[in-house]
Amino acid sequence: MSDYLLEVEGVRKAFPGVLALDDMHINLRYGEVLALVGENGAGKSTLMKLLSGIYVPDAGSFRLQGQPFTPESPKHALESGISIIHQEFNLMPHLTVAQNIYIGREPRRGLVLSDRELNRRATELVDRLGLPLDIRATVSDLTVANQQMVEIAKALSYDARVLIMDEPTAALNDAEVRTLHGLIRRFIREDTGVIYISHRMDELKAIADRITVIRDGRYVGTLDTAKTSMREVITLMVGRTLTSDARPVDVRDGRETVLDVAGLSTKELLRDVSFTLGKGEILGFAGLMGAGRTEVARALVGADKASAGTIRVHGRQVKIHTPAEAAELGIGYLSEDRKQLGLLLEHDVSENITLPSLRERFSRWGLVDKLVARRAAKEVADRLTIKTPSIRQTTKFLSGGNQQKVVIAKWLVKDCDILIFDEPTRGIDVGAKEEIYALLNSLAQQGKAIIMISSELPEVLRMSHRVVVMAEGRVSGILSADEATQEGVMHLATLRPNENPDDAAELGLLDLHSTEPKAV
Amino acid sequence: MTSLLTRAEGATDRAAWIAAAKNRLQQLLAFASLIVIFTFFSFANSAFPTYSNVINILFSTVVIGTLALGTTFVIITGGIDLSIGTGMALCAVMSGVFIVNAGLPVIIGVPLAILFGGLIGLVNGLNVAVLKLPPFIATLAMMLVAQGLALVISNSTPIYFTDNPGYIKISTGELIPALNIPNAVLVLLAAAVIAGFLLSKTLLGRYTYSIGSNEAATALSGIDVRRWKIVIYTLAGLFTGLAGVMISARLGSAQPATGMGYELQAIAAVVIGGTSLAGGKGSIIGTVIGALIISVLNNGLQIMSIPQEWQNVILGLVILVAVYADMVRKKEA
Repeated sequence: MSDYLLEVEGVRKAFPGVLALDDMHINLRYGEVLALVGENGAGKSTLMKLLSGIYVPDAGSFRLQGQPFTPESPKHALESGISIIHQEFNLMPHLTVAQNIYIGREPRRGLVLSDRELNRRATELVDRLGLPLDIRATVSDLTVANQQMVEIAKALSYDARVLIMDEPTAALNDAEVRTLHGLIRRFIREDTGVIYISHRMDELKAIADRITVIRDGRYVGTLDTAKTSMREVITLMVGRTLTSDARPVDVRDGRETVLDVAGLSTKELLRDVSFTLGKGEILGFAGLMGAGRTEVARALVGADKASAGTIRVHGRQVKIHTPAEAAELGIGYLSEDRKQLGLLLEHDVSENITLPSLRERFSRWGLVDKLVARRAAKEVADRLTIKTPSIRQTTKFLSGGNQQKVVIAKWLVKDCDILIFDEPTRGIDVGAKEEIYALLNSLAQQGKAIIMISSELPEVLRMSHRVVVMAEGRVSGILSADEATQEGVMHLATLRPNENPDDAAELGLLDLHSTEPKAV
Repeated sequence: MTSLLTRAEGATDRAAWIAAAKNRLQQLLAFASLIVIFTFFSFANSAFPTYSNVINILFSTVVIGTLALGTTFVIITGGIDLSIGTGMALCAVMSGVFIVNAGLPVIIGVPLAILFGGLIGLVNGLNVAVLKLPPFIATLAMMLVAQGLALVISNSTPIYFTDNPGYIKISTGELIPALNIPNAVLVLLAAAVIAGFLLSKTLLGRYTYSIGSNEAATALSGIDVRRWKIVIYTLAGLFTGLAGVMISARLGSAQPATGMGYELQAIAAVVIGGTSLAGGKGSIIGTVIGALIISVLNNGLQIMSIPQEWQNVILGLVILVAVYADMVRKKEA
């Protein structure tokens, strides 16, 4: 018999333009909780989709209990004893708890469903797991935490041997996290194992036996939790060599504040987000997936409803209800989803560039003055060196980098002096990235105030005059360019909001704070 | 310890009860509206609340009601079926072809006409589930195809069932003479019971809700979503076939040029009955109440001598109010 319950051996998976996983190794022992950590885009979700048979690996293999294992479909993986709880819920909100748990395996007598038997089984399962669930409740009426519990009950109802959980505590409070960890400990027997994907260092200490670190789709190393400081883990996670020595340019204090956000909150996620933005400053927003960076931008421009907070633009307090009002105030938001929300791909470059300012600048009596619009579009396209045979070219035929420049051009023609870039270089090749960086720097030098939201830490560090780090909807720290290091940002990004300085001290990370903790 | 536990259990029971009550609220609201509208007309005109007029109302609900039953399933999956109106006309024509032109006995011709409706539904299902056409487009196309075929097959002339009194009895005969209830009403009742059974007691019903609630998650749970969608559209087609039989039996003839517009009335009945066009939610009893509300309105307004044009305006407003009330309720919940 093999020493390992589940083995991932040299697995590789490429998508057009991206190598998601390369030579990946994971060894899950019998009876252990193995944590899997890595930055955004390290390849964790690809790995899970491979294990559940949604993708097929290009190379490498899996072994389950020593036997070769080729998952064919989510159902096959489940029946083989691998249960996966995905980060996004896979529940039917209109059905009851019991109906969700046993979907596809409904007990019935002949043609007729036996709801009594269904509810009996569900009650038994929920009681055995000690979950505080009412099995007759409709799932959409449950709290997010309880919905997570339904996912877990569903996963465990399959008599799983291997349980894989992707960020299971993202929506849970401390008490619920303890309940979850209790469940995991009870699930662990001699013949079972758990792969636990999380970013929260304190949790890994509490639940994981070993920690496997992956980075950029590659295996980095595996550490024994007991013999490791969390600092070592973070160092492994971020230990990417910076591709460039470039540093932020023109960093200085005493800039005139153009945007002052205080106590911004939303019902869903954001809690008390405060920051200022100066003229000519590039303010980076860092954080892990779901930390709330995009949500800050959306609440700021009125795309999402804010539940509290004040916004001052050039010292004047304003209320912003829609992105149109934000644009009137000179705030432009460049969405992370260029293709869906930033561009009309089927229309030409000139039409895209002039769209936001069509009404005030390029029309009279509701009639569009195409010639003036095209001249203005041409002028700004030249200034940004957009590579296109003509400004009449259909936008979808431009490269990613040039499409991004078209989006930027839109807001320059609109005369915005506060620009919010959400993932400005996503899906853009390396050379074009450098051009976008140069463009951002020159915009800042011309006095534009820039917020740059990015998942790529090296990008944030080389561009930002200051870095706002977010975790779970809150600002967990604001670092100056000098203070901002990969480890420092990552530590703040993995901080739980209620984590106290003692824990941080235990993790050996206190010196990374920009402010000294108060003496007790 | 024990008392703590029981108290906690009591609390979840109550929460579950409240949640269940909220779920039924839309049906209760629809039912209450039906009562209110009925009472209003009763006071407005004494000819309204008579036994024979109530039977009249039920009788006029049969065609829209039957169509609405089948389309309830489709709408709960988050789909739509626009082909049921003209599909019904085509099935009526086919019924005429089988029984009048081919001379088949009624007992064989009627099931064949209903199965023909199933065939229309099967094609819709294949287009939606296999070719992945948007349901709106797939059934819009079928709507036109069915209307054209009905005219082509019948040579654009009605087919009369004058020589088949047995066929006409399917609608206007009275199985139980003492009650004075036409058979058509009994057929609708039976169809509603069958539809209700399928939706609430079988896998078909469970997966109908499941697909409408979260199609991707349903597929990930190992359910063959494609197959079940085909089954659901086919089922809607069978109800279309039944409606074709009922309308031609009532009129004593298959009218190939009719049908257009019935689909929207049926969809209106489903929506008034609390079924969400976004999918995942709905009930047969709601649809029956929705269809009754439409009939009561039409009948009452007619008795009050309000012209047909205004009846449509009022029906439109009722749909707006019903759906808006549902949205407001959901936001509060």
